[in-house]
Amino acid sequence: MTTLNTESKDPIGERVSAAIRASAVFILLIVMVAGFALAQPAYINVTNLMSILQAVSVVAILGAGVTVTLAVGGFDLSIGAVAASSVMAASYAMIVWGLGVYETVPLVLLFGALVGLVNAFLIVRLRVPDLLATLAMMFLLTGLQLIPTAGRSISAGLILPDGSTATGAYDPAFLLIGRSSFFGIVPAPVVIMVLVAIILFVLTERTRLGRLLFATGGNELATRLAGASVPRLKTLAYVLSGTLASLGGIIVAARVGRGDVSSGASLLMDSVASALIGFAVLGLRRPNVFGTIVGAVFVGLLLNGLTMLNAPYYTQDFVKGAVLVGALALTYGLGRSQAR
Amino acid sequence: MPLLRIDGLAHAFGPTKALAGASLVIRSGEIVALMGANGAGKSTLVNVLAGTLAADQGTMTLAGRPYDPRSPAEATEAGVVTVHQSTERVGAPGLTVADALLLHAYADGSAPFFLSRSSVRRKAAEMLRNAGFELPLDRDFADLTAADRQLVAIARALSRRASLLILDEPTASISGRESERLYAILRRLRDEGLAILFISHRIADLNALADRAVVMRGGTVVGEFGRPIDFDRAVETMIGRPLRTARPDARSFHRAPVLEMAGIQLVAGSTPFDLALHAGEVVAVTGVLGAGKSRLLQAIFGTRTPAAGTMRLDGRAYRPATPADAIKAGIFMAGEDRHRSSLMPSDWPGSTLAPTISLPHLARWYPLGFLLGAREKHEAQRAIDTLGIKASGPEAPITSLSGGNQQKVILGRWNAEPSRVLLLDEPFQGVDVGARHDIITAIRANTERATLIATSDPEEALEVADRILIIDHHSLTPAPQAEPAARAIEA
Repeated sequence: MTTLNTESKDPIGERVSAAIRASAVFILLIVMVAGFALAQPAYINVTNLMSILQAVSVVAILGAGVTVTLAVGGFDLSIGAVAASSVMAASYAMIVWGLGVYETVPLVLLFGALVGLVNAFLIVRLRVPDLLATLAMMFLLTGLQLIPTAGRSISAGLILPDGSTATGAYDPAFLLIGRSSFFGIVPAPVVIMVLVAIILFVLTERTRLGRLLFATGGNELATRLAGASVPRLKTLAYVLSGTLASLGGIIVAARVGRGDVSSGASLLMDSVASALIGFAVLGLRRPNVFGTIVGAVFVGLLLNGLTMLNAPYYTQDFVKGAVLVGALALTYGLGRSQAR
Repeated sequence: MPLLRIDGLAHAFGPTKALAGASLVIRSGEIVALMGANGAGKSTLVNVLAGTLAADQGTMTLAGRPYDPRSPAEATEAGVVTVHQSTERVGAPGLTVADALLLHAYADGSAPFFLSRSSVRRKAAEMLRNAGFELPLDRDFADLTAADRQLVAIARALSRRASLLILDEPTASISGRESERLYAILRRLRDEGLAILFISHRIADLNALADRAVVMRGGTVVGEFGRPIDFDRAVETMIGRPLRTARPDARSFHRAPVLEMAGIQLVAGSTPFDLALHAGEVVAVTGVLGAGKSRLLQAIFGTRTPAAGTMRLDGRAYRPATPADAIKAGIFMAGEDRHRSSLMPSDWPGSTLAPTISLPHLARWYPLGFLLGAREKHEAQRAIDTLGIKASGPEAPITSLSGGNQQKVILGRWNAEPSRVLLLDEPFQGVDVGARHDIITAIRANTERATLIATSDPEEALEVADRILIIDHHSLTPAPQAEPAARAIEA
């Protein structure tokens, strides 16, 4: 049987539309930055741009993790909770247990990896649908992080549930992760974000493993019949996502210097949004790490610009939502109408 | 007066003329087979008739009145009902069969807003009575076999007073026995005055059903064959070149077998059987749906453990637990239904030609893990050249290829590395006769490995194999070997 020939009636029109789709986000980005810079010259200076990047770094790192789970055809809703409980875990390790940076960081990363492993166990072994499994995990972690301190935030001199006072404090070296900058210009979180972005981009787009991760998301059966271990690939994706989320948590902890129970409230929504905006970047219509990072930066540039123009803080979520809706409409709407 | 008259129908997709002045007449109470290689214009013609595409030129008359449907609903209204190949879309999981039968009535508002189980059941039963066959009304639609889903679609078509029923490869995904049942139903409907137009590549379908075969090539009707239909000539007209039908060159093999299976029970309690495959040999196993063709292949490929028995590969014990084990041992398999078992969805990474070929070989071709260098592109180009794949190059999206070329890509994937045994499950699904010929030639050209092919079409088995085995109730029996010889003499 011949499938319906899907070639467009006008190949030139199709190509133009594809080109528009591929570059739309960048064109918008340039227009936006130019507009803000004209309205408020301070917007374009390096310090401000770096502070924007610093602000989006955690979201971008978490978004990269979401992207990997999207690539295997899954979804990790627990990343926000993992990041938040990592903040608590890091604070608890240093303030209650009195650990230093070299113990705390691996411990917290291990915690994230472990959560990913449990997620993977639920999804791969027990076959719980990914959204439900990670949603349940999100609930569990949101509650779990309150238990050791009986619901209190963690800072030096914390009074523990048994009445004693914690003696530890944040390791100054740990704080450097969030507060130092390279050459006095580039904040450490930005450097970490760039490293994560490069490593994950290469991993997903330029390696055998990345090909197989995407293959799992594209056609699980075909991947298995091609001899790959789908359970192992999915597990890897969730472990990566959990680990990246806890890395995000470490950066947050190092920046605020205390274990705040309400930290990471909007992290999940923001990082999922940047991963989805990433679908529109380059017009790929699929999860991709580069797009996710661009998506996160895009939202950061927009919010910062609006704040500089004195837009009230409570409009922020509306703006993010509008960008997401626009990006998705661009991804799925345009081009589709041309092709059919 | 004919029921439907089509005159000079044309339709172009950009520069591609899918239909170039096709003319055709269909009378009430006859079954017309529409034959043609991929790209001959069959689907476009059907789409125009069904109202999903508008013709650029030409006229159609239905029962004396001009017929120009602008939507499938208009076509149905006029009495032309099309049953598409993918019958999953006839209903949905969670609906009962009765609901699926009445789905169109729910949608067009002819059913009452509030429904009672009994009224739904009564109406559905009445539809089936009119159609003249039975279906389990209370069963979940998802539990139906492909053949029964087809019947749901046909019953719905009949309830809408169809005068012309169009079937797109009605037997593509159903077994021989189920096909027989469908043939009987279709013949009865024909005798009651229904006109039926069906697309099929299967000679068995054409033999059992067609009163007339209409052959298309290059967007026009190039030949018509009345009963008795000379199929060899029809097929030659269709592909535009002479065709070898049988395998007069069936070879026999006496060397040590590559794969030996002994005392195999595919499921507990089935009759044990032995099977030996030799290097260079092409063996086809055929049987009805559910007889165990796929299960046999899966047992060899490690996706399903047989209940009992042993396997030896090149004399050594072979017990695969996963496809990875099988592939490592040199046993490759192209699964049934290439979209489900082998291909990536469009727009997804790996959905172009080169990565489709390289997927199982990534570890061997890129031992360092980084996808550097053009290895997969070279391999893809080699497959394009050796198998004659019609594609713009290694970067061509797999969905832009015709069914036959997609299947060639799958064969190219498993030809890219040497293997001991190649397992092919229904490799000719949705493949036109021309491409089938190329694929068979390519399969038979390899003398290093043994090839085991599962097919539900005995004609395909005859065409490709040196040896044919019949599987029934999960056990093998050799086919009477006189048959290929007889065919050869006939040809």
